[in-house]
Amino acid sequence: MNAPLYEVGLFGDTAALLFALGLGVAFGWFLERGGMGNANKLAGQFYFTDLAVFKVMFSAIVTTLLGLYWLSWLGWIELPLVFLPPTYVVPQLLGGVVFGVGFVMGGLCPGTSCVSASTGKTDGFMVVGGMLFGVFAFNELFPLLEGVYRATPMGPVTIPEVIGAPFGVVVFAVVAIAIAGFVGAEKLETYMRARSRGGAG
Amino acid sequence: MSEGAPAGGARREPSPYMNPYLAGVGIGLVLLAAFAIMGRGLGASGAFSSAAAAGMQSVAPERAASLEPYAAYLGDGRRGPLSDWLVLELLGVTIGGALSAWGAGRLRRGIEKGPRVSDRARLMYAFGGGTIMGVGAKLARGCTSGQALTGGALLSVGSWLFIAAAFAAAYAASPLFRREWT
Repeated sequence: MNAPLYEVGLFGDTAALLFALGLGVAFGWFLERGGMGNANKLAGQFYFTDLAVFKVMFSAIVTTLLGLYWLSWLGWIELPLVFLPPTYVVPQLLGGVVFGVGFVMGGLCPGTSCVSASTGKTDGFMVVGGMLFGVFAFNELFPLLEGVYRATPMGPVTIPEVIGAPFGVVVFAVVAIAIAGFVGAEKLETYMRARSRGGAG
Repeated sequence: MSEGAPAGGARREPSPYMNPYLAGVGIGLVLLAAFAIMGRGLGASGAFSSAAAAGMQSVAPERAASLEPYAAYLGDGRRGPLSDWLVLELLGVTIGGALSAWGAGRLRRGIEKGPRVSDRARLMYAFGGGTIMGVGAKLARGCTSGQALTGGALLSVGSWLFIAAAFAAAYAASPLFRREWT
């Protein structure tokens, strides 16, 4: 077996679009099942009352990371053929800051706002509309923002490359940190539940 | 929780959400499948860029062709937005989300918000938050799906900078929106 299957020419563009739809359906299904279509639940992450965002996001990252590591170790996937998004230090830090403020204000992110909207929630529709407006605003202001947008390019680089550690060591470190985070998240939720039962509210 | 009326049909209690770790493993396997099948990950904000580009092309094609953030999403001009990979993927997300909610008895109209805020204020916050996220996702070249999940799982440096900055900023800004949620 040799993956990525599309990159090695196993099927064409029409099949790729069918895979897009199918992978999207599965992604949306798990997002909704995990409560990620519910703005109240997502916002709980930022008030320490419900840490499901962290748990879902990091168990997903760890699962994919381990899967990629083992598939490449077995020689079943060629990681250089997988598209790696390029790094731009300043715009990605700045964009992250702007995005984070919008996230706690809107209570949903771009993908989960679509789940929220398609399950009947009006606030989800409003986040979707706001996203479109924000993209238009950025595009219209692009001549002003272009300098920041293109600043500090590093190309497609990974953490193992930058710190000079083997891929496997970094995978192990991320998994270990995530597991420590999960233990901490469970303790924090238990503590917050006890505190709210204590009549602090 | 949701206070809306049922979308129709018999009303029943919604099922509880899935264990978040299981849901995360499910999403992780879907993302792994995307890498193995397509050689690319999942995304969301890119589909909004495609929609904005298609919209601008239909009203002002010259402007769409001359401004890079539109032009980059227009391809060779012969393909409509429905032949765009991310647009179809996000269409799938809306279908999958609706199917899951339907199966769990959660497909009903409503507004998710904290107990102290009016519907109108919540909807304004939602639109404002979406607008800010739209700008941030464009600047960062991706959102929670394309940067945090996809880039994060590939150990991309910029993606982890995005994750750290987004969470730090959301926590820093959270006191401003406490009334909306608690």
